[in-house]
Amino acid sequence: MTEEMIIAGFGGQGVLSMGKILAYSGIMEDKEVTWFPSYGPEMRGGTANVTVIISDTRISSPILQEFDTAIILNQQSMDKFEEAVKPGGTLLYDPNGIVNPPTRTDINIYKVEGTKTAVEMGNPKVFNMIVFGSYLKVRPILSLDNVEKGLEKSLPERYHKLIPLNLDAIKKGQEIVEDVQLV
Amino acid sequence: MGEVRLMKGNEVLAEAAIRCGCDGYFGYPITPQSEVMETLMARQPWNETGMVVLQAESEVASINMVYGAAGSGKKVMTSSSSPGVSLMAEGISYIAGAELPCLLVNVQRGGPGLGTIQPSQADYFQSVKGGGHGDYKLIVLAPSSVQEMNDFVNLGFELAFKYRNPAMILADGAIGQMMEKVELADFKPRRTNEEIEAECGDWATLGKPKSRKKNIVTSLEMDSDIMEANNLRFQEKYKKLEEEEVRYEAIQCDDADFVLVAFGTSSRVCQKAVEIARAKGLKVGLLRPITLYPFPKKIIKELARKAQGFLSVEMSAGQMVEDIKLSVYEAGSNARVDYFGRMGGIIPSPNEVVEALEDKFSWELSYGVKRSY
Repeated sequence: MTEEMIIAGFGGQGVLSMGKILAYSGIMEDKEVTWFPSYGPEMRGGTANVTVIISDTRISSPILQEFDTAIILNQQSMDKFEEAVKPGGTLLYDPNGIVNPPTRTDINIYKVEGTKTAVEMGNPKVFNMIVFGSYLKVRPILSLDNVEKGLEKSLPERYHKLIPLNLDAIKKGQEIVEDVQLV
Repeated sequence: MGEVRLMKGNEVLAEAAIRCGCDGYFGYPITPQSEVMETLMARQPWNETGMVVLQAESEVASINMVYGAAGSGKKVMTSSSSPGVSLMAEGISYIAGAELPCLLVNVQRGGPGLGTIQPSQADYFQSVKGGGHGDYKLIVLAPSSVQEMNDFVNLGFELAFKYRNPAMILADGAIGQMMEKVELADFKPRRTNEEIEAECGDWATLGKPKSRKKNIVTSLEMDSDIMEANNLRFQEKYKKLEEEEVRYEAIQCDDADFVLVAFGTSSRVCQKAVEIARAKGLKVGLLRPITLYPFPKKIIKELARKAQGFLSVEMSAGQMVEDIKLSVYEAGSNARVDYFGRMGGIIPSPNEVVEALEDKFSWELSYGVKRSY
């Protein structure tokens, strides 16, 4: 199994930290992992993306042109990465701020109302964990137990009291993800 | 099995330094390697092992602090990125001339000049051909994963002390900024003064006991006969390095008609390119030099007997390609050597590499034999 994915959105949405939790969960599952950020003179509000690769075997290139899965959280990233999903691959997106939804018919498209649900849950910061939950629902490559361990490892101890809240958000994301059928 | 963590290449350098019993780090921040000192300062190893961590006023100061501390037989290091390493060039030449062991790290960024903060491999010449003045060589290790960033700290120190020569880890911004699973080494205590006296007593300036002559650390020699003798001794050392310390990894080279040669980040890209090319039915392999100096000439000569061509894939305008050409020439082979790369902070993609291979070797690919001139 090798899952090559890109998570892309605005800086401040938790793109990089979602990738980090994913990667740590992969380690807990005894897999090889690579987390490669787009680093540069970037800032809050600018675009941010991270390539995460989880594999049973040694990982080759961290630089990829096409991905098994794309998690897309803003329009700029949709413009850039919709075409980069491999045929038969998965595209998961949050419709908040998306003007032009994806149109490809050769990939599996899923939608999660992450921004809206995070506000309803009373904590906009868990937005990325809701999206992460939706990802785990549509690409069940990691067990929830290992995700919990991954959260423990990647969060500093002073934030461990927030792990239950994050797990609730992940479970919420698993419930609310919608399959988008384009014919 | 050691502790397993998810870490950035730069963070691992710091952790590995503490764990291998490093005595001192002297540095000056520069993107994309600033996390090295940041991690060290956060870890505060002076409380744990007594390791000194010091932010100098400049790269020039930090390399000269390394020079001084290395002269006392201590295990010391610095790290920087391309423009900072250029500033250190004079000090590095002095350290090599005084035959002192130390570890240097260059997390390369695009140049020339202040360039960009994105990854590059354009300091290959600077690292393997000198960089500073005079006939000296660095032992140059090229990590291609975060795990190797960890492993090469200890290896670099070992080789540096074995040969009394500065060793360099030549990484790039991508490996520095990338996080991967890494198995950390177990803690090794710092050497005691008695252990340093036993290991380095015949050259290090440790305070002179009555039992031995005084040691002098210098690169200066006014008598040119003695200076030539020194140089001959250095050359002997480099010859021994070339014979005994070459390290490389050959991936699917056994039946390869075409061999990609790449180190560091571009070798990771090439691993994927090999997968893509093999899926297309092309017999392509990858040779990944791990030591850039000493360069793995022998294996290239062996591969050149059979392979139709070599493609050097670099994040530079083509530097390592010259060393490959030299090796193929020395082998008396008519295998063709070409180059593909990107510059200024751009990393080539695996598909680009395969396209370049098909384009540059289109003659060989259509006729299936070596092209003769």
